[in-house]
Amino acid sequence: MTIKPPVDDFATDWDHTDPQWVNDPYPIWEDLRDRCPVAHTDRYGGGWFPSTHEGVSAIANDTDHFTSRTVIVNNGRPGEEALPAPIGVAPPITSDPPFHQIARRLILPAFSPGAINPLEPQIRALCVNLLDRLGDSTLVNGSSDYAQNIPPAVIRQMLGFPEADEEIFREIIHMVAETVDLAVDERELAFEPIIEYFTVQIEDHRATPRDDLTSYLLDVELGGEKLSVEHVFGTMILLLIAGIDTTWSALSASLLHLATHPDDLARLVNEPDLMPVAVEEFLRFYAPVTMARLVKQDIDYLGCPMKEDDWILLGFPAANRDPAAFQDAEKFIIDRRENRHLAFGLGIHRCLGSNLARLEMRVALEEFIRRYPRFELADPGAVTWAAGQFRGPRNLPFRILA
Amino acid sequence: MRVSIDAERCQGHGRCFSLAPSLFEFDDLGSGVVLGDGTLSDETLELARLAQANCPEHAVLIEE
Repeated sequence: MTIKPPVDDFATDWDHTDPQWVNDPYPIWEDLRDRCPVAHTDRYGGGWFPSTHEGVSAIANDTDHFTSRTVIVNNGRPGEEALPAPIGVAPPITSDPPFHQIARRLILPAFSPGAINPLEPQIRALCVNLLDRLGDSTLVNGSSDYAQNIPPAVIRQMLGFPEADEEIFREIIHMVAETVDLAVDERELAFEPIIEYFTVQIEDHRATPRDDLTSYLLDVELGGEKLSVEHVFGTMILLLIAGIDTTWSALSASLLHLATHPDDLARLVNEPDLMPVAVEEFLRFYAPVTMARLVKQDIDYLGCPMKEDDWILLGFPAANRDPAAFQDAEKFIIDRRENRHLAFGLGIHRCLGSNLARLEMRVALEEFIRRYPRFELADPGAVTWAAGQFRGPRNLPFRILA
Repeated sequence: MRVSIDAERCQGHGRCFSLAPSLFEFDDLGSGVVLGDGTLSDETLELARLAQANCPEHAVLIEE
C-alpha cells in the first residue's frame, strides 16, 4: 500500500481511509454538513462526498446521472475492468436500469422474509455454539471470538460451500474491501484465487445440484436461458462482499456500544422485546456501509461541477446523523420510535440482504446478552476500526462481569 | 381512513410489516403489501402512522 499524505481539510481533500476518518468520522461529517455538504477530493482520480440526508437521498435516487458500475472507490475506473455495463462485475449492485431490475428480481425471492425467517433456528444454534466454545473464560473478544464468525458461516451455509472454507472467505473480503489503494492490474491479480475457488465450487454444484443458493443461481433462467458464468460469479462475489464484512461490522459496533453503555445493556437484558427497535437504532447510529457511484457525464449537481467518472461516496452513515432528518440525531436512543435510517441505502439498490442482516443482528445480540448480561471493555485503547467502505470495530476485548 | 403502499416507491425495507404485521404483509419479492383493503380504525391508525414514520422510502400512504 502506498503511503498517502494526511488529510488537512476534508472539505477539499477527503479520504475515507485517512486514520482520522477511520477512527472517528462523526465530527468530520458534522463539520462538513455545516460547512461543505458535498465535499470534494482529487484523490482516487476525483470524487465527491455528500454528508446530508438530502444530498445522499438525491444521488441515491438518481440513476439517470449516476451509475453503479463500480461501488467501491479505488484508483481505477470500470472501463479498465473486465466486464462491461450494464451487467458489471457483481450484478445487481453494479448494474444500472433496466438490467438492474431483471438481475435483482432473480435473487430477491432468495432474500425475502419468507426465505430468510426460517433460518432463525440455525443462526441461533450457530451463535450458541460459538458462545459454548468460550466456556467460562472471563476475557472474550466480541469481534474475533463472536461477531466475525457469524456472517461468514451463514453465507457459506446459504451458498452450500464447505465448512472448512470460512478463513478463505475472510481473505476474499479483506482483499476486495480494504485494499483500495492497489493498482488496477494488482487488483485483477488478487482476484485470481477467488475466481479459481468459485470455479471449483460451481463445478461441484453442476455435478451434484442441491438445495442451496449456488444451485439456485446455476438453475435460474433469464429470458429462457441460464445465467452466464460471469453473472453467477459476480453474484457470488457480491454475496460474499455484501453479506459478511457489513453484518459483522454492524454487530461488532452494537456489542461495543453495549460494553460501553451499561444502562442500554441492562435495559435490553430486562426488556428483550425491545431488541428489534434497538437493532434499528444500532443500524442508524453505527451504519457501517458507504457505497459509491460514478458520475455519468459532466454535470452541475447540488451546486458542484461534477466531471464524468468522478466518484460519489454516498455517506449513508453521515445522513443517519443529519439533524435535519432525525430528532436528536447525535443521541443514541435505544427505543427511538421514528427511525427512517438509511443504513441499508435508499432507492433501487436497497441492500438485498437487509432481512438477513437484521435477523443475524437480532439473534446474535439476543444470545450474547443472554449468556453475558454484564460485560465491559477490558482495554478501550485496543479497539481498532476497519478502513474502507465497511466500517466497524475489529478488536473488542471484553471483560465478562459477574 | 385508508392505508396504502406506493409500489413504485417501496424497495422492500420491510419496516411496515415488521412494525405492523396486523396491517401489512410481504410478497414473494419481499415488498410490503397492505392486508385487506387497508381501512383503518382509530386504533390501527396509530399503527399505520408508526409504519409510515419508519419507511425510508416514504412509500406508506395514509388517507385520513
